[in-house]
Amino acid sequence: MPRIGVAEAWRTAARQYLQQNVPPEQLTWGGADTPRDLFSAPQIKTETHEISVPRSFVSLANSVVWHSDPSRFAKLYAFLWRLRDHPYLMSDRGDTELAALRRMEKNVHRCQHKMKAFVRFREIGDPAAKRRSFAAWFEPSHHTIEPTAQFFARRFGDMDWRIYTPDISVIFESKKLTFHENCPRPDLPEDASEQLWVTYFQNIFNPARLKIKAMQSEMPKKYWKNMPEAAAIPDMISGAPARARAMAKAAPTLPLPRVKQAQQQQARFTSSWTQDSAHLVSELSSCTRCPLHCAATQAVHGEGPLDANLMIVGEQPGDQEDLAGRPFVGPAGQLFDEFARKVGIDRKQVFMTNAVKHFKYVARGKRRIHQSPNKQEIKHCRFWLDEEIRHVAPKLVVAMGATAAFALTNVQTTLNTRRGKIEMRADGVSVLVTYHPSYLLREKDPEKLKAARLGFQSDLMYALKCVGGTSVATY
Amino acid sequence: MVQYSTQQKLAILSDAAKYDASCASSGSTKRDSRSGKSVGSNEGSGICHAYAPDGRCISLLKILMTNFCIYDCTYCVNRVSSNVQRARFSVDEVVKLTIDFYRRNYIEGLFLSSGVIKSPDATMSDMVRIARRLRKEENFRGYIHLKTIPDAAPELIEEAGLLADRLSINIELPTDAAVAQHAPEKNPVQIRKAMADVRLRKQEAKDRSFTGKRPPRFAPAGQSTQLIVGADGSNDATILGQSTRLYSGYKLKRVYYSAFSPIPDSSAKLPLISPPLQREHRLYQADWLLRFYGFDLQEITSVTPDGNLDLEIDPKLAWALKHQGLFPVDVKTASRETLLRVPGFGTKTVSRILSTRRHRTVRYEDILRMGGSMKKARAFVTAGGWSPGALTDSADLRARFTPPPEQLSLL
Repeated sequence: MPRIGVAEAWRTAARQYLQQNVPPEQLTWGGADTPRDLFSAPQIKTETHEISVPRSFVSLANSVVWHSDPSRFAKLYAFLWRLRDHPYLMSDRGDTELAALRRMEKNVHRCQHKMKAFVRFREIGDPAAKRRSFAAWFEPSHHTIEPTAQFFARRFGDMDWRIYTPDISVIFESKKLTFHENCPRPDLPEDASEQLWVTYFQNIFNPARLKIKAMQSEMPKKYWKNMPEAAAIPDMISGAPARARAMAKAAPTLPLPRVKQAQQQQARFTSSWTQDSAHLVSELSSCTRCPLHCAATQAVHGEGPLDANLMIVGEQPGDQEDLAGRPFVGPAGQLFDEFARKVGIDRKQVFMTNAVKHFKYVARGKRRIHQSPNKQEIKHCRFWLDEEIRHVAPKLVVAMGATAAFALTNVQTTLNTRRGKIEMRADGVSVLVTYHPSYLLREKDPEKLKAARLGFQSDLMYALKCVGGTSVATY
Repeated sequence: MVQYSTQQKLAILSDAAKYDASCASSGSTKRDSRSGKSVGSNEGSGICHAYAPDGRCISLLKILMTNFCIYDCTYCVNRVSSNVQRARFSVDEVVKLTIDFYRRNYIEGLFLSSGVIKSPDATMSDMVRIARRLRKEENFRGYIHLKTIPDAAPELIEEAGLLADRLSINIELPTDAAVAQHAPEKNPVQIRKAMADVRLRKQEAKDRSFTGKRPPRFAPAGQSTQLIVGADGSNDATILGQSTRLYSGYKLKRVYYSAFSPIPDSSAKLPLISPPLQREHRLYQADWLLRFYGFDLQEITSVTPDGNLDLEIDPKLAWALKHQGLFPVDVKTASRETLLRVPGFGTKTVSRILSTRRHRTVRYEDILRMGGSMKKARAFVTAGGWSPGALTDSADLRARFTPPPEQLSLL
């Protein structure tokens, strides 16, 4: 096997031997400097037949060939030989040979990863040049320079760079990668940025938490000699306990006069998130009457003109409403809009709100699952709903769903018997009870769904008639 | 005012930034500089370029733009009432440092945070200016993480999200009451609103327009936050409850837990003792169980009476020891969900077991080769050639996993 381009060479050779049914025992694999065995390398005959190998093996082999273990080629071929008759072996993670190859693959990946992380360039050209040039000396544990060079080419496309290793060196000049054998270790010039980097390394370290083992398992000492910051580590460790003790012991100092100045500065700032204070019930935002405010993002205000004839009340904000801070913007809101358009209700002319102003849910994995508010929560929030009714003084309030109906009328009976009828509140406001649009989203039975959709539509038309509008749809 | 050199400023402003645990550089859009017109790439997985002796990785140039601040949060070293050295970077300095470090392969990108100066809007717009310079003038394609200031104007947050890979807002304390006590200038509702805003913008940026064109990605590596553990009296159940709400509500990529550590010139209101680092570790383990192992918050936190996680053993083992009746599970037949509950098995081991057992019986040695920790799992599973016998129900099972009792020192 050659030193440069091993992956391709091994693949070609293995393919040929496999096609000719050469068993692994007859082959001796070696590097460029291994002396040739007299009887090795069986003659390659010309007749061949197609072979197929699982794709997962190809990617495994493409990594393992870079391992430093001299037996890697033989191990790969031996496993490939077995794989020919048992293709399922690739998914058998308990297999001893595969486990060994996977371990080698992991070593190579880790070595590649550490190379991407720990190569430290020094500038070797003019910093003001159009294409700046940099060079580094690095000692990887495996032959990983070749497969990793592409990474640096993708990352540093606009500069020239070279990485020298004891094995193979790579030079990237005017967007071309070339590999070279036996380059001597270069004498790289001092780089001023290194001092800044060490300063950063020393100061980003928190002396109050020493976890030396955690550091060394991720940054093994074998890499330290080529990393400028590593020289500072021993001092950082030895000084840490004393620094932490001093911090804990130091008595709090008295604040400087600038504290007052800062407070004045803060008072002058008004956040562009703050809604204008003329907004209806602006105190709602800081409501803590029930525990729901702890989990929800924000209280969701009613929305619409304060002189609206029609007011529509839902149950509570859902996930999307809670995030956006506006009522009826989620799926149920969109369904409502669809019906409203059909019937001829202009959403901009309607005041829309909810019986409960905070979103009640349980967090499950990545989702928030809606929970119906309980009686207590509805009663606490009724204060805000009554305030809104008082401010808007609508001709008719539509209660969508059982929660809204209970909040508005304090009567808790089944929705089906009440739907489509007008009830009178103690304060003289009439309430029309109907379904909640989310019921229409949830209902699976096609017959019931059809009836509910018709019912909801006719209720909305009725509501529109009550407030003196004319519907565009027909019953 | 004293004029500092760049090196002095770097020392002050990186020292001030070290209490932020996040240093992730993963999960963003794939991009590179093969064309030769830009510098930097991002290939999905993050790279840690160095590790400090505190065990934390250094992936990004993590600095504050300035450590002047008008807020007075007790837990923060940069609060207005503290007497630490103050400094401020110019836009040029941050840009030059980032590019110079990046070209020498020291870092994956920039994590820029800042104390609040003048006003939240003024500070945010300065930070956005730095990100804009890096992206538009220096053609920087590496990673940028911007800390967002919750009160800053929505249009600034929008621009920040289009320039940066990740946005984050630290909520720092797990309850609204604790925020009110320790960070009087911060408004928890406003912090949540800002997170909700980022989530909605990300959601919108995913929808194609009617012409099929995709809008530019908004904060492609998502948003994250940090919670300080041990600065207030909250127990682990409260902390984990808060993080499940954050994950589910705002689709956070990560919630970082940072054990409260003493800071220079600390406030008299803070506790004197820092919590054990082990508590932080247990919280991360519980966080993973909640997100990737199908555990419910209730299951993890109900193991101990005080709602704190067991410090001696990991939360999955603690749960299993409370539910010994459910074990041993048979590796040959158990479902993925059940296998994920076995202490010592990770998600990868479980996938390997499932793919192997399609062909043959999984034996004890096989699981070892697959990466399972049989030291833990052996009491909880039966496999080909292995049965735990009375071990599963033995009364001293817990003692096998906890460290031996230590003699207290006399002095």
